[in-house]
This record gives sequence, structure tokens and C-alpha cells, in this order.
Amino acid sequence: MSAVLSQLAVTPSILDIDNFWGAVGLKILLILPLFFVVPLVVGYMEHKVMAHQQDRLGPMEAGPHGTLQLVADGIKFIQKEDIIPRAADRWVFAMAPGVALVPAILIFFVLPVAPEVWAEDLELGLFYALGISSISVIGILMGGWASANKFSLFGGVRAAAQLIAYELPLILAAAAVAIQAESLSLVDIVNSQATFMLGNTEINLWFVFPQALGFALFYVASLAELSRPPFDMPIADSELVFGYMTEYSGIKFAMFLLTEYGGMVSMSALMTVLYLGGWQIVPGVPLPGCDGAGGIFDCGALGILIGGGVTLGKIFLLTFIMVWLRVTYPRLREDQLQKFSWTVMVPLALINIGVVAVGKVAF
Amino acid sequence: MPLKTKTPGLGLLKGLGITLRTMLSPASTQQYPHVRPDLPPRTRGVIALMDENCTVCMLCSRECPDWCIYIDSHKETVPPAKEGGRARTRNVLDRFAIDFALCMYCGICVEVCPFDALFWSPEFEYTEYSITGLLHEKERLREWMDTVPAPPALDEGAEQPAEVTAALERSESTRQAAIVSEETKPAEGTAVAPAAASGAAAKAPDVHVDDAGQIDQETYDKLIAEGKSERIARAKAKAAHVRKRKQELAAEADLPAAEADLPAAEADLPAADADAAEARPRAADIHVEGGEIDQETYDQLIAEGKSERIARAKAKAAWVRKRKQEIIDSSGTEGSSAAGDEGGTE
Amino acid sequence: MSDLETRERIHPGTAPGEDIALEIIGDGDFDTAEMTLSIGPAHPATHGVLRIIMEMDGERIRDAHPVIGYMHRGFEKLAEHRDYRQIKALVNRHDWLSGFANELGVALAVEKMLEMEVPERAVWIRMLLAEWNRILNHLMFIGSYAIELGAITPMFYAFREREDIQYLLESATGGRLHFTYNQVGGIKVDLPKGFLQQSTDIAATIRKRLQDYKDLILGNEIFQARTVGVGALEREVALAYGVTGPTLHATGVAEDSRVTEPYLKYGEIDVTVPVGEHGDCYDRFYCLVHRIQASLDIIDQVHDAMPSGPVNQKLPKVVKAPEGWTYLRIENPLGQLGYYLESDGTKTPWRLKMRTPSFSNVAVIPHLLRGTLVPDAIAVLGSVFFVVGDVDR
Repeated sequence: MSAVLSQLAVTPSILDIDNFWGAVGLKILLILPLFFVVPLVVGYMEHKVMAHQQDRLGPMEAGPHGTLQLVADGIKFIQKEDIIPRAADRWVFAMAPGVALVPAILIFFVLPVAPEVWAEDLELGLFYALGISSISVIGILMGGWASANKFSLFGGVRAAAQLIAYELPLILAAAAVAIQAESLSLVDIVNSQATFMLGNTEINLWFVFPQALGFALFYVASLAELSRPPFDMPIADSELVFGYMTEYSGIKFAMFLLTEYGGMVSMSALMTVLYLGGWQIVPGVPLPGCDGAGGIFDCGALGILIGGGVTLGKIFLLTFIMVWLRVTYPRLREDQLQKFSWTVMVPLALINIGVVAVGKVAF
Repeated sequence: MPLKTKTPGLGLLKGLGITLRTMLSPASTQQYPHVRPDLPPRTRGVIALMDENCTVCMLCSRECPDWCIYIDSHKETVPPAKEGGRARTRNVLDRFAIDFALCMYCGICVEVCPFDALFWSPEFEYTEYSITGLLHEKERLREWMDTVPAPPALDEGAEQPAEVTAALERSESTRQAAIVSEETKPAEGTAVAPAAASGAAAKAPDVHVDDAGQIDQETYDKLIAEGKSERIARAKAKAAHVRKRKQELAAEADLPAAEADLPAAEADLPAADADAAEARPRAADIHVEGGEIDQETYDQLIAEGKSERIARAKAKAAWVRKRKQEIIDSSGTEGSSAAGDEGGTE
Repeated sequence: MSDLETRERIHPGTAPGEDIALEIIGDGDFDTAEMTLSIGPAHPATHGVLRIIMEMDGERIRDAHPVIGYMHRGFEKLAEHRDYRQIKALVNRHDWLSGFANELGVALAVEKMLEMEVPERAVWIRMLLAEWNRILNHLMFIGSYAIELGAITPMFYAFREREDIQYLLESATGGRLHFTYNQVGGIKVDLPKGFLQQSTDIAATIRKRLQDYKDLILGNEIFQARTVGVGALEREVALAYGVTGPTLHATGVAEDSRVTEPYLKYGEIDVTVPVGEHGDCYDRFYCLVHRIQASLDIIDQVHDAMPSGPVNQKLPKVVKAPEGWTYLRIENPLGQLGYYLESDGTKTPWRLKMRTPSFSNVAVIPHLLRGTLVPDAIAVLGSVFFVVGDVDR
């Protein structure tokens, strides 16, 4: 087993200790907080930021300044009655949240968080990440169909159309990054950003600077993938009550919500890795205590901690912008959404690839 | 005509700017229940009943669009006040209940009550777990009276209330009468009585006080310290202020009637005794701080079987009457003694 | 038609629990099935309990039938057994966002029959409060329309402004939504001290914040993409259905009762009526925002012209309108509100009929919805301003 895995893995992380099951345990210990704690903090930030942008205070009662609000929400969801509509398709209904949630967890396996802190560094890391994130669509469709509710069906079908439409710009933008980094491994992409020099100069840049267009495309496409406003037609709560999630209650509903917030975190982490230089603080400045290439590998404990902090900070910045956009904009109509994707974003993404490829060869 | 943004994307950025600006300024939320809202005095929160004023005319119950006021009463005969007089009948309020589950807070009952027995109060926190708890009986409605605020001052352009205009006219005419009587009679303390015969305190007739809405701070503080409610204290302080101003103005005009006015100036009409003042001009000029009860009257009424509340009210009235009689007997001609404040505490 | 009949006609042979028999329709290669979707009565998008049965082909609406009457409370029948003061208290509640305008209409109708002269100051105060009520109403619709399109923030900004105005009106009338301030012959009691100063301050604040609404909503490209060209109402259709208010102004017709048949003192001041061009959702919203601006201008003029004096007059113990009838129309924030009052000389009217603006505005919804997509349907529904209590009374 470990022989097979070690062939897939490229750069071992510090979690790859000799004891196999010990390594597995450590990796699970890394993923679980990433998936359960960070989205809750992002959720709290969303409550508070949304509230203050709407001239109100947000949660204040549960815990000091409402910090325990989402914990209280979790407890509330656990103790709720699990209602399944009589006309619903029981098995599909029950499995839908799971099918949506599990891929959202699995994506964290390849995301590098700090120097030498990741679960697995696959050679096809980027491909794996994008592929796994598309499986959630099936869960959403299942939820919409099995609810036996016309509004949910609307939501499910809209979601399917939207997510398929926005996969293309996402993948094309990511492909441009892979071209520039000459690798699909996420750790290698971080590494190449640390060593990327502009032209013949010594200026170290992250990929966001030459590929600003690609970054914008990836950001917008990930918003659409997550059904976040202004692309939240599938949920459209003023029209469809809550879209495919309408009939869900209790833990199943919480699982759908966790998929959304977990997706926000994973997409932001992916963007950090692809465009914002991973755990590097500022381009060109090595992390304290790191000796490796580009000043971001072979770090001591301090470097690992700082690197992790930097990644989390970038994730929060990106999710803050996602919340900011949610608060400010109305939602796009479904056909406008589709038109925007096919006629604006895909051509731009192709142009982006062309420019990057030419730049790669010329410089 | 409709604004279309010239630069594509500018509208989107402006929108982001507005939300960011709002985020960076303090929020407008009032954290109820830690912070209570500051409601204006006219707010229609709950209806309070002053059942001493209620004569059971049933107008409120009749006019209520929802029929949510329930009134029960019975008639009592009151023995004649003097020998050979006619026995009077009086309405006694047994039950006065407002069902706030039905009430639509329109205010018609408060507006229509001719005896000022119903008032609005801004209190709104009287929710109940059971709907029967929203039926407020007489005692609870009486308790709400403590929360009734003073009516706010009116706008400058508003018309002066009819009562104020009438009182000012009356006082002008009595001032005129006082000047006339001054010229025809020697200045005696008994000039006080006919001067006050009109029922209002005698004032310099041709003096008009402009700032009638101000209060006399000393009187106000004193009354508050004695435990009077804010509303009554303010009303009396206003009257005291007007009196003082008139004295000052009269002193400037140097009229001799001003000195003789002092005991009358101290005389004040308690609000509820307005009717009694017309019948007994002398005793009405004298102000006695009520609060004490006349023990004999009280015991007698209790022995007759009256309720404690009624017995106490009558005993208080009897005590006030006795004190006034004593004062009239003892200092009838002096005029400028401290016939006024007895300083009885509540 | 009753609920059951509608269901039979559109969905023949179905009862709760039965399988739905689908009718296969479609032109060309695509065979699609028509679906009947009932939006409402309890739905976040409809302003109250309005039910719209939509026959749909995918996301496109083929036909729409509004079903009203879920909120019928029998106002006109109740009015036959209440005297005028009680009617004034009840009538606040049929269009609850414009309570002042409703009771003003009743008071004006009775005064018209009695040929009563109302004191000057009372007239100006009525105008002031009517315009504040108009702003309250329009702010509510701004917030709710934005939230239906997915912009969640303007709702909170609108309610922040509404709180200020409601506090102001509460200091004068005692109520935040239902004012019961008008009386036959004037108003109940004069304004409290400091009201006019506070009114001026709040007017200045709202004028400044109006720019925020224009930037955040009217200028937003996504909003424009959702509303420009959507739900265009032609002028002739609007006039034929009797649509009034901002919905009519958006089509280009400047019909406003304050201008065409001035009541109170509207004839003596400048009343601006903003009009649109195409009658689409964007123009309706544009008219709404600019009507607020026009009302603020009127409020400033009223502040300057406010006389002093009495505000009510002595009424007989029981107010009885003389025999006869009258029709009075005023400009409710939502449109033209008419009261037909027929009296037989007693203290309760013989008949009080209300011509409510929302009733006619709702009537035009099927025409607008035919052929649109579902999200557009929501945009259209939110832009045809109505309050269900007004529709059903």
C-alpha cells in the first residue's frame, strides 16, 4: 500500500512518517480541522462582515461578540428532526448531502498549507483537485431531484447547468498556471512561484501578476462553482425558497451548508496556491528559518508556523472578498449567467492560455 | 433620464465602495434588551386608567371599534350632604377591563373620555405566555398610570390650549376687579377673600406672563423631594412660576395689591378640587398638603363596611377639610402667615 | 374563480396525492411537458398572500393567473357599521404601508360632504405627514425589490431610514405604522415641540443617502441587466387596466392626483412627477427613487410655508354626514386611491367603497408575465407595486 502511494507522491511532507497508520492518522488530523474549523471561522467572518456592511451588528449573544454562534448552530442542527417528504426518493434523498460533501473534503488532501505540511503531494495534484470538485454537482442534482418539490427541481437543474458552464473557464485558467509552472503538482506550483523571475530580471513575482486575467477568471468561475452570489440562481432564495436544499432539515442541511463553506475555503486555498504564491509572505522574501529553494522549503518550526499563518491569512482575504461581493450585488439571471460564461469567460480564458504559452516560450 | 454608467464596471465598483464605507462606520443596531428604546411621550404602548376620575359613563366602551373594554358598575345612593337634602345616586365602578388581545391601539377611548380617566403610556413590554394574561383588569390598568409621561410641549406655531387662554382671561378680569376694589375698600387681609372669589388665585390683572410654560425650579425640586409624581410636580411648578412672574411684574408696576396677594398667591388649587373650589371659595385658597388621614372618619367608614380604599380616600379628604377649617379659624385676618404649605409628607 | 375550479381547469383530474397527468406540448424537435407552478400564497417574493398560478414550459411562463382574496377582511361591510372615527382607525390597515393616506382620504371625503372648512395649519400638517408616509412606503419597496433580485443590503439601508422617519412620526402621532392622527375637520393634536426641526434634519439625511441608493442599485450593471427591458408595459395597456402610481408614471404618463385634481394645498406648491420612458422594471424603480426626491422637495416647501393657528375644530358629539354621496380621489403612495361614500344621514355610512390602486396594479400582472422567464417574473412582480391588503381589503 505504502509502495503504491509513494509512487504517486512526489515530495514527502513532514507528515509522512515511517509508521503508515501513524502517517494516515496525522494526515487526518491535518484535514479535519481544515475542513471543520476553518469553514466555521469563515462562516463567523461572513456573519460579522455582512452585518457591518449592512449597518448592523451581527451575532452578539452566543459567546463574546457572537464567536460561538456557529457552534450553537451546529448543536441546533444536530438536534433537529430529520424530515423526509413522503413523495421523496428516500435513498437518493439521504445520499445526496453525502455525495456533495465528501468530495469537498477530499480536495483538501492535495492542498499544501505550509512548508512541508500537506497530506499528499500527487503528481497530478491540480487535475485531482479540479476533478474532485466537480463530483459535488452530482450531489446537488440528486438533492434537487429527490426532493419531490418543483422549486427544488428548478434549483437542481439550474445548478447543473451553471456548474457545467463554469467548469470550463475554471479549468482553462488553471491550465494556464500549469503551463507556466510546468507541472500539475501543487507543491511544484508553489515552488515555481518562489523561483519565477520576470523576464531577465531578478524580480520574483507570483503568478497573479502576469496572469491577472486568469486570476480574475478563476475567481469568478469559483464563485459560480460554489453558487455564491452573484451567481446563486440555484439557491435564489427569493424565488425558489432555497433551491435544492429546500426540503432538507437537520444534519443533512448542515452538510450542504458545510459543503458551501468548505468549498469556499478549498477554492480560496487553491487560488492561494495557484496564484498567490502559497505560503510566501511577499515575493522575493524568504521565510525565516528556511534554507530550501526560493526560501520556502526545509524550514524549521517557526517557518512552518508562519507559513501556515500566511496561507490562512490569504484564504481569509479571498473569502472576505467573496462575502463582500455577496453583500453588494444582486444575482444574475440564469441565461445571463450562461451567456457570460460561454461568450465572455471562455474566450478570455483561451486568450489567457495563448498569451501565457507565448510568453513561456519567448521569455 | 435613467442613469446608465458610462464606464462598464464603474457602477459595480461604486457599490463595493458603499458597502465598505458602511462597514467601517459604527452600526446602527440598538441591542435590545440590554438597551431599552427611548420612546416619545405620545407613543401608544398601553392604556392606563385613573379610576378615581371614571364616572362609568361607558363612552369608551361604546366607541371602541373592537368592543374590547368591559365595564361593570352598580349604582349607590349617597346620603344627602345636609339635612333635608335629596339622596344622590352615584355610579361605582366594579370592573374595568381592557382586552389587549383585541385592542387595536386606535386611541378612540382615550380621545373620547370626557373625564380624563384614560391615558396613553409608552410601555410595551407586557407580553404573556397565555392570551388570557392580556386581559388587564382595573388594578393593573391603574398601575400603568405611574408610567404615563407628561404630554410634550407643543410646537411654537400651535394654538394655545383653551384652558390656558381661559385662565389667563379670568386672571386678567380678576386683576381688574382687584384694582377696582382696591380703590374702593381699605387694604385688608380680607380683601383676599373677595379678590379670590372668582375661584382662581388673584393676580395683577393687567400683567401678562409670556413664558407661561417655564417651571419654578425650587417648587419643583421641593415637590419631587416630597415624593409627588413628576407630572403633578411639574404642573404645580408651572403655576408657581406664573405666580412669581406676575408678582415681579406687579412689583415693577408698583401696585399695592401685590402685597395683599401673597396669601392668595400661596393658595393653590389641587387639580381634583376644581369643582369644590367653586362651591367653597375660602377654603379653596388655602393649600394643605394632604396625605394624612382623619382617623375618626376612617374608622367610621370601615365600620360602615366601606372598602379600605374608599375609606382612606374619604378620610384623607376629611383631614384636609379639618386642617383648612383650623387655618381659616386661626389666621383668618392675618393674611400673610404661612397659611400655605403645611408641608405634610406623603 | 375559486381555488378548486382553477385547479380543475389547469390540472384536470388531480387531487392531493394523485399522480400528475402531464400534457406533452412543444414545437419542433424538443418535446417538453408543461408544468403548473403555484407561486404563493406563502412565498418570499409576493408582497403578502398573493397566489399566482403559472403554466410553464421549462422556465418560460405561458400564462399566469393571480388568485386574490386570501386577505379579504370585509372592510367595506365593516364600514357600514362603524362611525367615521372608527372607520378612520380601521382604514389605516388595508394598505398598511400608507396608513396616513388612507385615513386622510376618509377624512377628506366626510369633510367634502359636510362642506367643512379645515384650518390652514391642519392642512399643511396633513400634507407634511402625507409626504413622509409616501417616503416610508417607497423606501420599503426599494428594499424589498432589491432583495427579490438578490441584493440583500439595500433592505437594511432602507429600514434604517424608515426607523428615523417612523420615530419622527411616532413623536407626533403615537404610532409608527397606523397613525390615527386625522380627524374630520383637522387633526387630533398639534405637533410636538422640535418636530419641525427634526423633520428638516431627517429630510437632509435622506437626501444625502438617496445618492447611495442610486449608486448601489440604479447604477449597478447587474441590476440594470436584470431590469432594463424586462416587463415593459405599454401606455395603452396600463391606461386600459387602470394602473396608477409609479407603475403608470414609468410608461410616460404623468397622471398624479396631486397635480390633476389638487386636494389639500397641493395646488399652491410645486409637485414634481418623475416619469419614465419604456415602462420596464428599471423605469418603475427609477420613478420610485425619484418620487422620494420629489417628496423631499415638497416637505421642504411645507416647512417654509407652515402657518400657525388651530389644528382642529369643534365637532358635534356625533359626526353625521348629510344624505348624498361623494367620490374623492387622492394620491396614495401606490397610486390613485378613491373613496366613494354614500350616506343616509346617520352616523355610519350607507356604503363606503374603496377604489384601491393595488387592485388595478395586480390586474395587469398576467399581461406582463406572459412569455417571460421565472426570474424575470420575480423581477416584474416586485416592480408592480402592490400591497395585498390593499388588493383584497
